[in-house]
Amino acid sequence: MFAPFIHELRKAGLPASITEWLALMGAMKAGVAAYDLEDFYYLARTTLVKDERHLDRFDRVFGEVFKGLEQPTTVTGEIIPRALPEEWLRKLAERFFTAEEMAKIEALGGFEALMETLRQRLAEQQRRHQGGSRMIGTNGTSPFGAEGYNPEGVRIGQEGSRHRRAVKVWDRREFRDLDDDAALGARAMKLALRRLRRFARQGEASELDMEGTIGATARNAGTLDLRLRPERRNAVKVLLLLDIGGSMDDHIRASEELFGAARSEFKHLVHLYFHNCPYERFWKSNRRRHEQMISTWEVLRTYGPDWRVVFVGDASMAPYEILEPGGSVEHWNEEAGKLWLRRITAHFRRVAWLNPVPQKHWGYTTSIGLIQDAMEGRMFPLTLEGLDGMAKALR
Amino acid sequence: MRKFRSTERYVATRELEVAVNAAVALQRPLLVKGEPGTGKTVLAQEIAHSLGLPLIEWHIKSTTKAQQGLYEYDAVSRLRDGQLGDERVRDISNYIVKGKLWEAFESDTPVVLLIDEIDKADIEFPNDLLLELDRMQFHVYETRQTVVAKHRPIVVITSNNEKELPDAFLRRCFFHFIRFPDRETMERILQAHYPDLRAELAREALEVFFRIREVGELKKKPATSELLDWLKLLMIEDMPPEALRSSDLKVALPPLYGALLKNEQDVHLFERLAFLSRARRQ
Repeated sequence: MFAPFIHELRKAGLPASITEWLALMGAMKAGVAAYDLEDFYYLARTTLVKDERHLDRFDRVFGEVFKGLEQPTTVTGEIIPRALPEEWLRKLAERFFTAEEMAKIEALGGFEALMETLRQRLAEQQRRHQGGSRMIGTNGTSPFGAEGYNPEGVRIGQEGSRHRRAVKVWDRREFRDLDDDAALGARAMKLALRRLRRFARQGEASELDMEGTIGATARNAGTLDLRLRPERRNAVKVLLLLDIGGSMDDHIRASEELFGAARSEFKHLVHLYFHNCPYERFWKSNRRRHEQMISTWEVLRTYGPDWRVVFVGDASMAPYEILEPGGSVEHWNEEAGKLWLRRITAHFRRVAWLNPVPQKHWGYTTSIGLIQDAMEGRMFPLTLEGLDGMAKALR
Repeated sequence: MRKFRSTERYVATRELEVAVNAAVALQRPLLVKGEPGTGKTVLAQEIAHSLGLPLIEWHIKSTTKAQQGLYEYDAVSRLRDGQLGDERVRDISNYIVKGKLWEAFESDTPVVLLIDEIDKADIEFPNDLLLELDRMQFHVYETRQTVVAKHRPIVVITSNNEKELPDAFLRRCFFHFIRFPDRETMERILQAHYPDLRAELAREALEVFFRIREVGELKKKPATSELLDWLKLLMIEDMPPEALRSSDLKVALPPLYGALLKNEQDVHLFERLAFLSRARRQ
C-alpha cells in the first residue's frame, strides 16, 4: 500500500530516498505511531520531509494517495496521456535507444509495433492496474509498466531501474538533478564562490604560530617563546554589479540567490545596480534609484584594481543601448555604454560577466555577443560550471 | 522507555510528540526548525525533563569548529608544563580537553544533546559531523583511542535557516518544523506558563497579539516568546484588560509595545498606520 506513496513523493520533487523510507518503516515497527492515519501522517512527515519548503508538496501528495482517489494513473501518479503523439514517441526513441537496443526491440515486432501496442493498451486501460501480463501497471510481465520484468518492456513512470533491462524509462525530466545546467541552489553557489577566496593574515595576532614558536624557542636555547600571528581571513574584495528591472525580471530568483550566497561568503562585498548596460552612474539601492546614485568615475576612483568585478545581467537589449551615445532607455547618456565597459575592464582587469540566460541561447541575441566582446570573452552562464569558469577568470 | 508528552509547562502538539518519539525510538538526530521564538531550544530542555535525562547543550557560533565538539588538544599548556618540568607532561591525555559530544558519549545514562543553531557555523560544519552522528563514535588521534557512545544520545539540532544544510546531513536526521501555534494552542501555552493569568486579560492580549501578527509588512513578527514576555510585563504593571481593549491598533500602539516590536521600522510602521487612520477619521 505504501510503495506508490514514496514514488509519488519523489515525483512531486521531494528528495525522499530509500534511507528515509526504511526509517519510516523502522519507526512503524517500533510502534511510535498509533494505528491511525493522523499519527501515520505526522510520522511520515517527520521521516520523509527534510525541509519546510517541501511540506506543502508532501501534504498534497499525502492527501492524494490516502484519500483513495482513483485516477487512471501510473505508479507515480502521473495521469497517462490518452493519445500519445507519434512524433513524440519517435523522437524519444531516436534520442534514447542505442543501435543494440533497437535490435532488441525487433524481438517484439519492431519499434513501431511496440509503440502501437502501447497506444492501444493505453486506450483500453481505464483503471490502475497491478500485476497481470497484459495491462499497464506495476509488477507485471507485460512489456508496459513499471517494476516488471520483460527485457523488451517500456517502463512508465518508475524512478530507477529494478531489473535494469527495460527499454525506456518514461519519466519526464528524470535526470534533472544531474543536469549541470539546472538551477543552482544557494548552497551550491556558495561552494562555487569559495574558489574565489584569497586568504591573507590581517588584524589581531590571536593564533599560535607553530613554526615561529619552534624557531624562536630554539634560538632561546630551549626556553619557550610563544609567537602569535593573525588568523587567516578571506581577503578577496568583490564588486558585484547587478542588472535589475526589465528583462531581468525572469531571473530575479537566481540573482537573489547568488547575491545571498556572495554576501555571506565575502567580507568585502560591495553591490551596485544598473539597468541593461552600465553607463556613467550606478544605483546604490534598488528602491531609491534616483536618490542614491554614484557616478562610475567615483566607483573607479574608490575601488582599486585589486577588486574583482562581477557583472550579473542577461545582456539582452537593443544593440544601440551599448553602441550609441544616448542609447540608454532611461536617460540621456553622453557616452556610449561600450566606452564605459571598456573603462571598467581597463581599470579593474579582473572582470567577469555572469549571464542567467542559458548559454545555448546566447547566439540569438546580438547584444550578448557585443557585451561578450567588451568583456574579452569572460562571460559565463549562471551554472556551477559557469561559476567555476568565472572563478578562474578572476584569479 | 518513557514517551515524550506535553508537560504542565510545555505544550507540545501531537505532531511534535510523534516527531520526538520517532527520533528517540530510531535513535536519529531530530532537526528542528521554525520561526524564531517558537520554542526550538526549549524543546530540548523539555525532552530532557520529560524523559528524566540530563541535558548537554552545545551552542554553536560562527567560529565553532566541529572538532571542538569532539575534543581539543591543548598544545600550549603542554609546552608550558614541559618548560616547568611538570610530571603531567609525560601523558598526552592530560592535555586532551573533552568536547560536548565526548561528554555525551561517555555518560553512563542516556543524555539529551542539544546542538543549538547549527546554521550559525561554517557551511561545512554539518558535513564534519556526519560520521560522528551516524555511528556515534570518533577517533582521538593523539591518544589513538576510539570513543564510542555508551548510549546513543538523543540529539536535538536547531536551525534558523541562515545557511542551507547539506543533503547528506539532512538524510541522517528526522525533521520537524514547529509551525506557529494557532489560537487554541496559544491559549494552552499561556495557561501552562501563567496559571494565575486572568482569562479576560489573556483574551484581550491574544486579540492584540494576533492582530499585530496579521500586519503583513512587519520585519520581525512577534512570536510566542515575545507574547510571554509581554504578558509578564502586563501582569507586573497590573494592566487592566480594558486598557488593551481600548487600544485599537489603528488608534495607538498597544501598551508596553517594546516587548512585542523589536525594531524601530516596525514601530514606525505602526505609528504611521495609527496616524493614517486618525487622519481619515477627522
